[in-house]
Amino acid sequence: MELIWQGVQKAIELVFGFDAEVWAITWLSLKISGGATLLSLSLGIPLGIALALTRFPGRSIIAALINTGMGLPPVVVGLFVSIFLWRSGPLGFLELIYSPSAMVLAQVIIALPIVAGLTMASFQNLDPKLGLQLLGIGASRAQLLWLLCKEARLPLLAAVMAGFGGVISEVGASMMVGGNIRGQTRVLTTATVLETGKGNFDVAIALSLILLALTFAINFFLTRIQQGEQRRWPRLS
Amino acid sequence: MPADYKIKFFVIALLLAWVFSSRSNGAEVMQRTVILSTTTSTQDSGLLDVLIPLFEKQTGYSVKTISVGTGQALALAAKGDADVALVHAPSLEKQYVADGKLLNRRLVMYNDFVIIGPKEDPAKARLAKSAVGALRAIEQAKASFVSRGDNSGTHVLEKALWKSAGVEPKGAWYIEAGQGMGATLGIANERNAYTITDRGTYLALGKRVSLPILVEGDKALLNIYSVMEVNPANGPRINSAGGKAFADFMVAPQTQNVIRSFGIEKFGQSLFVPVAGKKEDELGV
Repeated sequence: MELIWQGVQKAIELVFGFDAEVWAITWLSLKISGGATLLSLSLGIPLGIALALTRFPGRSIIAALINTGMGLPPVVVGLFVSIFLWRSGPLGFLELIYSPSAMVLAQVIIALPIVAGLTMASFQNLDPKLGLQLLGIGASRAQLLWLLCKEARLPLLAAVMAGFGGVISEVGASMMVGGNIRGQTRVLTTATVLETGKGNFDVAIALSLILLALTFAINFFLTRIQQGEQRRWPRLS
Repeated sequence: MPADYKIKFFVIALLLAWVFSSRSNGAEVMQRTVILSTTTSTQDSGLLDVLIPLFEKQTGYSVKTISVGTGQALALAAKGDADVALVHAPSLEKQYVADGKLLNRRLVMYNDFVIIGPKEDPAKARLAKSAVGALRAIEQAKASFVSRGDNSGTHVLEKALWKSAGVEPKGAWYIEAGQGMGATLGIANERNAYTITDRGTYLALGKRVSLPILVEGDKALLNIYSVMEVNPANGPRINSAGGKAFADFMVAPQTQNVIRSFGIEKFGQSLFVPVAGKKEDELGV
């Protein structure tokens, strides 16, 4: 227990003492996982919508693959991305291994199925009659999509949070494709593993607390957007 | 979805991909990059945090340090996924050099391994005096022993010692951690078990590990680090000039002096003894 207290003290010391390395690591975590989440959203939302609203051969197989992918183990993603990106691998010429871009790539692979799967579910949950009504009152197809997105915004925000939560917290893929290189690819999770290995448990606890505070702050912000828009239920009591 | 939307989404995705890939080092920068595959012990002890900035300053190269178990570090180098290797498993290293995968093996430094275990020493390992004798005693007593189990340099040495002892470690008493030295020491400490550790990590963990040193000073426990350059024939895009520059740096007199004084301030003793230019049989504890 005393150790946790030491960790809390260390966290305060590192954050408010403006420890340059810790701030850089935190910022890098945010940039990589935030970037990966944005990319996953820009690919996953259209994919999820397409799967929910259209019918084509092979659709159910893709949908099942995406639902399976929502639980992709990060180490497996890390291993396969490494194999592809190593100099000896088929994409070695890109020279991306052990770079932040490689970590973004791996995290997109982790977050994309989560975003696409939750988007698909939330659009399938919309009443098909809504679409007919909107078209009936003269909405163009672009307007229709926009209005449906607005209608599904609560579960879509949940998809954002789930995708970001999945990548900011993973360590396996970041460790393997990033290499935990000081000043280049060291993020909060990999630094925590390193400090634990070094026996610097107070620093490890401090980094964990910073990670928790960061994810809480972001989720709090997103939740405020989500809940601020929530429809009011009639009083149930 | 209408076609114009598909195109729009595709364009946005491409733009985002471009933004993120152009943000990192391009190919031009990569040629100035040296990938060093090394062991967890050089990183966990903090030595590389001192040496790498020196090397970068002297040469202008930027170093990517991949610290993994020695087995993996050597395998990465042999596949051409690194430019230079700094590891500590002489028997394995010699195989790679003999196969032509790694070149120009040069000794850099050594420290030593120690056998630690429970204070009450149920296997009487302390009386054995030699490392091999201690392991034999531990096996006979079926006292808990935690092995790295990860094909690291430490694990390779441990396996060689078991072989010399004529014992095949097996059974509930033999715990394979499959983790780095720090984590393995943690497990040994919690289980009150015996283990083999390099002195540097043991000192670095300090009072977190309450197991005392039982056997030390045996020549079989020498922990020798060597640097090797990766054969450019192992694969495409190997920065052999950069790899050689790093290897030369490790054995340069100035670097060797830094190694000699490393750790004195923090631990009250050096963690490594520099030995560039010497041969293995000249070393002693």
